[in-house]
Amino acid sequence: MSSFGLHCARKKEPELERKLRANDRQYNLSFKYATNAIKTSKYNFFTFLPLNLFEQFQRIANAYFLFLLVLQVIPEISSLSWFTTVVPLALVLSVTAAKDATDDINRHRSDNHVNNRKVQVLIDGKLRSEKWMDVQVGDIIKLENNQFVTADLLLLSSSEPLNLVYIETAELDGETNLKVRQALPATGDLGDDVSKLAGFNGEVLCEAPNNRLDRFAGTLAYAGQKYALDNEKILLRGCTLRNTEWCFGLVLFGGPETKLMQNCGKSTFKRTSVDRLMNVLVLCIFGFLALMCSILAMGNYCWELGEGSAFTLFLPRQNGHRAAFSSFLTFWSYVIILNTVVPISLYVSVEFIRLGNSFYIDWDRDMYHSRSDTPAQARTTTLNEELGQIKYVFSDKTGTLTQNIMTFNKCSINGKTYGDVLDRTGQRLEVNAHTETVDFSFNPLADPRFTFHDHALVEAVKLEIPEVHAFFRLLTLCHTVMAEEKKEGQLSYQAQSPDEGALVTAARNFGFVFRSRTPDSVSVVEMGRQRTYRLLAILDFNNVRKRMSVIVRSPEGKLSLYCKGADTIIYERLHRSCGKLMDVTTEHLNEFAGEGLRTLALAYKDLDEDFFLGWQRRHHEASVAPHHREAKLEQLYEEIESDLLLLGATAIEDKLQDGVPQTIEQLSKADIKIWVLTGDKQETAENIGYSCNLLSEEMNDVFVIGGNSPEDVRRELRNARECMKPGAAEDCAFLPATTLGKSARAIADEAVNGDFGLVINGHSLAHALDGSMERDFLRTACMCKAVICCRVTPLQKAQVVQLVKTYKRAVTLAIGDGANDVSMIKVAHIGVGISGQEGTQAVLSSDYSFAQFRFLQRLLLVHGRWSYLRMCKFLRYFFYKNFTFTFVHFWYAFFCGFSAQTVYDELFITLYNLVYTALPVLGMSLFDQDVNDAWSFQHPRLYVPGQLNLYFSKMAFFKCALHSCYSSLVLFFIPYAAVAQAARADGRDLADHQSFAVLTQTCLLFAVTLQLGLEMSYWTAVNGLFVVGSLLMYFVVTFTMYSNGLFLVLPSAFPFIGTARNTLSQPNVWLTIGLTSILCILPVVTYRFLLILLRPTINDKVMFKARQAKASPPPLPRRTRIRRTSSRRSGYAFSHAQGYGDLVTSGRFLRRPAQPRPSALAHAGRAASAFSPLGRSAGYSPTGRAQYVKAREVEVTSLQMYRTVGDDAREPPR
Amino acid sequence: MVKEENESPNRPDNTAFTQQRLPAWQPMLSAGIVIPGFVLIGLAFIGIGVALLITSRNIQVLELDYTGTEQNSPCFQCSDPDKQNCVCTLQFSINRLFEGPVFFYYGLSNYFQNYRRYGVSRDDGQLYGDLSYFKEPYDQCEPYRYDRNKRPIVPCGSVVNSLFNDTFRLFQIVNGQQKEVPLDGKGIAWWTDYNIKFRNPTVTPLRNAFNGTVKPLFWPRPAYELDTSDPANNGFINQDFLVWMRRAALPDFRKLYRRITEGDYTNGLPAGNYSLEIAYNYPVLSFNGRKMVVFSNVSWMGGKNEFLGIAYLVIGTLCVVMSVVMLIVYAKFKFPEEE
Repeated sequence: MSSFGLHCARKKEPELERKLRANDRQYNLSFKYATNAIKTSKYNFFTFLPLNLFEQFQRIANAYFLFLLVLQVIPEISSLSWFTTVVPLALVLSVTAAKDATDDINRHRSDNHVNNRKVQVLIDGKLRSEKWMDVQVGDIIKLENNQFVTADLLLLSSSEPLNLVYIETAELDGETNLKVRQALPATGDLGDDVSKLAGFNGEVLCEAPNNRLDRFAGTLAYAGQKYALDNEKILLRGCTLRNTEWCFGLVLFGGPETKLMQNCGKSTFKRTSVDRLMNVLVLCIFGFLALMCSILAMGNYCWELGEGSAFTLFLPRQNGHRAAFSSFLTFWSYVIILNTVVPISLYVSVEFIRLGNSFYIDWDRDMYHSRSDTPAQARTTTLNEELGQIKYVFSDKTGTLTQNIMTFNKCSINGKTYGDVLDRTGQRLEVNAHTETVDFSFNPLADPRFTFHDHALVEAVKLEIPEVHAFFRLLTLCHTVMAEEKKEGQLSYQAQSPDEGALVTAARNFGFVFRSRTPDSVSVVEMGRQRTYRLLAILDFNNVRKRMSVIVRSPEGKLSLYCKGADTIIYERLHRSCGKLMDVTTEHLNEFAGEGLRTLALAYKDLDEDFFLGWQRRHHEASVAPHHREAKLEQLYEEIESDLLLLGATAIEDKLQDGVPQTIEQLSKADIKIWVLTGDKQETAENIGYSCNLLSEEMNDVFVIGGNSPEDVRRELRNARECMKPGAAEDCAFLPATTLGKSARAIADEAVNGDFGLVINGHSLAHALDGSMERDFLRTACMCKAVICCRVTPLQKAQVVQLVKTYKRAVTLAIGDGANDVSMIKVAHIGVGISGQEGTQAVLSSDYSFAQFRFLQRLLLVHGRWSYLRMCKFLRYFFYKNFTFTFVHFWYAFFCGFSAQTVYDELFITLYNLVYTALPVLGMSLFDQDVNDAWSFQHPRLYVPGQLNLYFSKMAFFKCALHSCYSSLVLFFIPYAAVAQAARADGRDLADHQSFAVLTQTCLLFAVTLQLGLEMSYWTAVNGLFVVGSLLMYFVVTFTMYSNGLFLVLPSAFPFIGTARNTLSQPNVWLTIGLTSILCILPVVTYRFLLILLRPTINDKVMFKARQAKASPPPLPRRTRIRRTSSRRSGYAFSHAQGYGDLVTSGRFLRRPAQPRPSALAHAGRAASAFSPLGRSAGYSPTGRAQYVKAREVEVTSLQMYRTVGDDAREPPR
Repeated sequence: MVKEENESPNRPDNTAFTQQRLPAWQPMLSAGIVIPGFVLIGLAFIGIGVALLITSRNIQVLELDYTGTEQNSPCFQCSDPDKQNCVCTLQFSINRLFEGPVFFYYGLSNYFQNYRRYGVSRDDGQLYGDLSYFKEPYDQCEPYRYDRNKRPIVPCGSVVNSLFNDTFRLFQIVNGQQKEVPLDGKGIAWWTDYNIKFRNPTVTPLRNAFNGTVKPLFWPRPAYELDTSDPANNGFINQDFLVWMRRAALPDFRKLYRRITEGDYTNGLPAGNYSLEIAYNYPVLSFNGRKMVVFSNVSWMGGKNEFLGIAYLVIGTLCVVMSVVMLIVYAKFKFPEEE
């Protein structure tokens, strides 16, 4: 995406308005509009090198090294040969360049693929298949179903009635529901008549290319008339044509000028907190480097004044350099020598480690979901260690915690419950996969996927108990589900809410089959008999009514009203005679609710003919009334929905995904706070909260914030706080401001006594998120263990995440599956998409994706924790080894007149980071683990240090630096003292510079390797090989480089000839190496050992336990579903959106028969359930239009099927 | 649900590597390892330290400063920088046999051979015998690159120019007679230095190679006449020159001058009086340097080196002490096994 910044920026003079004429290429070419070819690649063969280098040198580390290189060219300054800088820099640059090149080749490929797609273009009166890139502004093209829209088009005509076309705009705005576009009647009349279209010579005058997706302004002049054009007549590139056989369009904008391309700005680039810390540290290091160099320069100044001015006999100063100038040069010379404190290989190594750890996620079999054949996927390779620091998890509910599959689980009919499986003694049995299911073979129209375990209900149906029949009749009649029968007897239902689908499907299996409907009738098969009910009225559902009713006339002519709704609502409207039944049913409802089931109460009443006719007349009057129509209708509904007779209640299970309660429990043990942000209504959300262990009966209190005014909300929040922590101060405590942070001040965590939960609904949330109250809200919410926000819009989801991000110094993770979660996924530090449920929008914008919520615990507790551990170990060790390496030079400066003389051989300086110490530390950061995954699960507390940034912080960095300081002192002064006056065994002196260099560098290498050995807690064979191999490599390389042969080939490059042989053969050299090594690690071992004894960390304890146990711990006990008896009542079970009874009766959406499915795709459908829930985003039309009105006509199943199949083929709109 | 035999290609491979289950050794700093480890290391170090110390104690060293800054020093009159070709004589006695082979070093202090710009001021091309560098020496040799008449200096540079040029003759005083102790100037440089790294130009006689060049300013004689007694020890492979060219790492250093291995002195220097005749040429007073000569013999681990022995002893003792401390702490706190 980022490439577009460049591309879009390169513009000629701004275009003010666009003029074009259909079918007139000559005319249109005169304006030099962009063709439809797109170019997202950055480089071509020739520009790659200069451009890529230019980009790379914009990175500060690379630029710094380039600067060093320049310094090294100046002979007065150059203290190191050029290759010490060039070799690492070249390596880093070429690795990055190789990566960029492969990326760009892929972009070229995808560009070519897109540009070479074929589309039918009307040229010279004939339709010709042309490549996309050859399409020009003013061309007329023909699109067919499921094709991508080639360019921004003016819709001319379509195969559908009223010149409608259906498009999916997922790639543009992330909404999965379909939208409708309609052509002008004037152009629509052209139809698909090629000759007419070829003769079409309309002229369009419209706005210049811009990035506003929701607006378009222009006019079409055609046949002497002028027509206004708006967004409703435009098809934008990036959309896909759906459910439309064909359409014709006039190209308005092509390629880079399309709104899609104009929109692709830079995507936000997420950085981890370790990244940010690292940047701060690198800055600190720069400062530190400057400090060291200044000290040394000052030292040089003093030396020059004192010793240096005297020591001129053998070392004359050229041109009589004065001390000040000399110290200035020394400063820069030391900048070169000490450059290793700013490690260029750091960034490359870090990327490499993250890449490796991302692969582990991709490879994890335990995060592979076999039912959907989806492995986990790390879509970003730069955020791994942040997975080990998550403090807040924001989860969507539907499709994430739940499967979004509703199953008819239990019911209560006329005071008797059905659905439980009882054994002979009347004890309730646990239902599992082996429980015998009810055989529905008596019913040829039954849905084979429906299962039910209680035989008593079938018996009751077969016995023709009238209440049972009435119960199911109600379920078949009172709904707004659409049926589709493609083949005789094969029904599929399309329901607005999965609950309704579940109920209708249940009725279908028990012999009351809803078969088809017309605007004024419902055809059902009741126990094998075909019956058609006249549908007289639908009293639709809305949020206030919380019920829906239908009034039907049976074939026998009986008038009945069937009503289903929230139990509280229904109970208010029952006939007095139902009192006893009400009590029994209430008991059942409580029982259902306690099991976390979603309940509905059902009631009916027979209507008096005269009364109804009167009512109908008044209803008609009211519905055309000019004023107060709603209120009048409402009153009429109230009137007829009274004195109902209770039939019973249904209980639907909103199936949780596998392992959700366990996962949530694990995560909360790991001190991760879970907030559920859902679009569902409060009761539903609360219910799920209980059933997935988020809320529990044991909690001290669950606060419900439901105020409608800001004052109410504020008061409720304060009350809650007062209750949790009596005397909670009005002002919140801030954490001390960070030195470099420009963000708002962070709010400190507050401890409370006991566990609390918070439930807040959409209205209140809107107030709570207001600038003046957001801190109040945040404080209260953060004191609670669990937070559930209901009725949240996608924007609010993002706001909540942003709020926590702003005021809490904590890492957030958002997990969701739908398009409505995209915003929060993008805002959170880490976005996780649940794949394979509701399209791919969430996944496409996520950083990690997998199929099941329960994999989250593995992602965090295992992969995240390890990644964080590894990264921190890596950074600590990396800084240690480089600092130690560099500080030795600092000490040496005091003995060489601050002349920027290096201690080591230049070859060693070049290879130290790249060859001698690279692999062992990489090995550690790829394989290390303190305890294995089973133990990680067993002890979720192991996760806590990550949240507190314990493993790597400024403090840890400072400790590293101190440690390095100690080590470098040892590494310089021990060899110094050991060889200063020493002689070799053959009497020759030992203290020459080259021998000293070899001695010190060998000591250094041994010391840092031993230190690595101490750090490493998981020695695989590979690690052993890397460590030993690297040491061996040092000796091999050293002896080779210092050999006679190489010297003879290139005398000037290998001045150290013979030094290795002559030095490393001396016993006292080895004694010195041994001494320094031991002296370096001795204090570390002592310190760590005492620390483990005196203040063991959780890691130490678990490691110790694991050691004791040796074998893996027993697998986690599988928690059985806790049955609760609770007085909570879940009166819900409607989708919260307004029903579409209007549509049903208007007949508008029955106009078109459903499209036959493309057979090639049929196998891949998610035909898991007969009903296909509409994408939930339908409820959240940002424009406020009732999107689903149109979307109703869409065959959702095939749409989603397409998506599962088509994802690979689809080109990302780069 | 029946699991299929043939797995989906999407299912990740079940290998120890991809599943992060590689068999591994997981060491831990447990008391069972650390405390005995410390004791063992400590004992070993103490052992080595004692051995080193004993060895080192047995090595005889005789250091004689001859800078001549003190009035009573025999070389006091030579320390006057104006004095040319001054010779002074140092008297000393050895009261027991100085066991051979005895090595004879000269030492300089406060001398910054490790100064970077001093170190780079040399032309390795010249020293490798490459005649092309004789015409135009390496530019880092400034100011010892050309003489005033723009003639190239060979060999050029500060290191070469500052070649140590004091010479010594050692006499044993036997019955009042001076008996010269033969000094062996062979084999004092590294084999690799005089066989590979440094080379004379392949021109015979050697002096012809130096036509058109001038000797380094401070040198009394040109390179091809460094050793008048042995023609093979001349030019760039003169061993004294090689020893000097291997510049010291630290400002106080000593370099091997001669070995005493021949004649009556194969077994060392017998007890008695000696006189050392010093041709005092090398100026060090301007930078407060000092000059000395050192006689020493060596053991298997080289020359006298008290430091290593003491260091080993100290570290070894520290290890043992720490292990005791750890043991006490361990006994007191144990590892918390609650939870």
